[in-house]
Amino acid sequence: MTVQYTDKPIPRPALWGIIYRSSGSLWEGVKEEKFLIQKCKDCGKILHPPRPMCPACHSTEQEYVEASGKGKIYSYVTYNKSPHKAFKAPYSVILVELDEGPRVISNTVDVKPEEIEIGMPVEIAYEKIDDELTLYKFKKAG
Amino acid sequence: MTSIKDMTAIAGIGLTEYSKGTERTEWSLASEAIKLAADDAGIKVKDIDGLVKDIDDGWDCSYVQKTLGIDNLLYSSESHWGTSSMLNVVTAVASGTANNVVYYRSRKGATTTRRSPSDYRVAKETLDDSISILRIDFYEPYGLATPQGCAAMLQQRYMHEYGITPEQMAGVIIGISEYGAKNPLALYTDKPVTMDEYLNSEMTVAPLRDIDCAPGVDAGIAILVTRTEMAKDLQQTPAVIMSAAQGAAIEGEFLTGYNQEKMTDFPETMNMAEELYRVAGITAKDINVAQLDDRFAPLVPMQAEALGLCGKGEGAAFCGAKSLPINTAGGSIGEGFMDSNRIVEAVRQVRGTSTSQIDNAEIILYAAGAGGPADGLIIRK
Repeated sequence: MTVQYTDKPIPRPALWGIIYRSSGSLWEGVKEEKFLIQKCKDCGKILHPPRPMCPACHSTEQEYVEASGKGKIYSYVTYNKSPHKAFKAPYSVILVELDEGPRVISNTVDVKPEEIEIGMPVEIAYEKIDDELTLYKFKKAG
Repeated sequence: MTSIKDMTAIAGIGLTEYSKGTERTEWSLASEAIKLAADDAGIKVKDIDGLVKDIDDGWDCSYVQKTLGIDNLLYSSESHWGTSSMLNVVTAVASGTANNVVYYRSRKGATTTRRSPSDYRVAKETLDDSISILRIDFYEPYGLATPQGCAAMLQQRYMHEYGITPEQMAGVIIGISEYGAKNPLALYTDKPVTMDEYLNSEMTVAPLRDIDCAPGVDAGIAILVTRTEMAKDLQQTPAVIMSAAQGAAIEGEFLTGYNQEKMTDFPETMNMAEELYRVAGITAKDINVAQLDDRFAPLVPMQAEALGLCGKGEGAAFCGAKSLPINTAGGSIGEGFMDSNRIVEAVRQVRGTSTSQIDNAEIILYAAGAGGPADGLIIRK
């Protein structure tokens, strides 16, 4: 089910993107509604989560390519009690396997809780939280 | 190449009181547990010359050294996340680096929610690309904000892949709680969990049930290891360490190895088990009793499969059938979350002092770190 937020600040990845430097470009892209996935500049391996060296060829050069934004639900959980003051329970967290291979944690948009199932095709949808933060989420594939 | 097989033994165990709330500090609990382990073995505290702490422990070896009055430490180190790293202890002793090395763990799990100094803060200060930061950058913004949620994600996929029913999952905790009910130290299991109770229990993060989660406990535990020939002259029956191993795997993360090719396989545990059995010179079939990681009960069947105790997808039925005794003191589900309480129970099985003593307890397996960096031990009389 779609997350309903309270008026409390949600945990902010963009701030941490500066710290976990490898993921900074990904979040910059999300602000512009582009899902940029890290790719090794030398051997072309998709790297997610982002990282400073390619485990296949040990290159330290990366580039970002726009992902298709399509995938399937690989697993999910439903929080019936909120673990954080920003989120109103109940809400679901999904693990999406992107067509490009990597799996990413996210939430659904406009999907009824009883509709969520493993294998369900989904596509990316952006939710603007405020001027500084946009999150990538997933809706039912059209 | 020399082998660590049978070179070392657990000669002493120390346990403070278990409680759901103490005024004492973790420093105090750790110090007492280590003293009790020396007393149990029958050695002087001053003769401890190596200390290994859990990475989640707040109190560095040098603090504990101050309370114990140990003149010098020939060896000190700490565990990998989610493991107890008995391998550090064993290799320190087997190599001759130190003679009496103690692994200790002290935790006020019932009364505090602190994060240890070696957690996120250090990564922040050093601008490190620490894997821990993944939680903050990629999981917490979506409300995946607790270890329970991280484990439930693995459980959901596992139940889907093999068609595991909630009734089958119940078998795991029913079996463990039956042992816990017989153990007076298991504060959290007065009586065995029933099927009805399980199926009607709350799910804070579905499909994980609250009853599946090991509660926190305030306690200190210490495990003293020395050379086997030395242990034979001490006052307890030595628990001879046939093997100790750790395991890691690419794309591994603590409870969130979601980008591993098949995340429910627990590749870290598979790697660990292969080495563990190789060093011991046995196979999974030789294990008589197992003490498995039950921070979250649904991790137990996945772990049993990764350890080769049963086939893929058979873990829940295997636990329910009770053909192999698992967590004979009630595990962390019964005694509260402290990995090392399952090492203590493995030692009790060797000594014949368990509240659920298994008749043929000759070879006992201990494993930790399910769903992340893993470690394990195999001990015998």
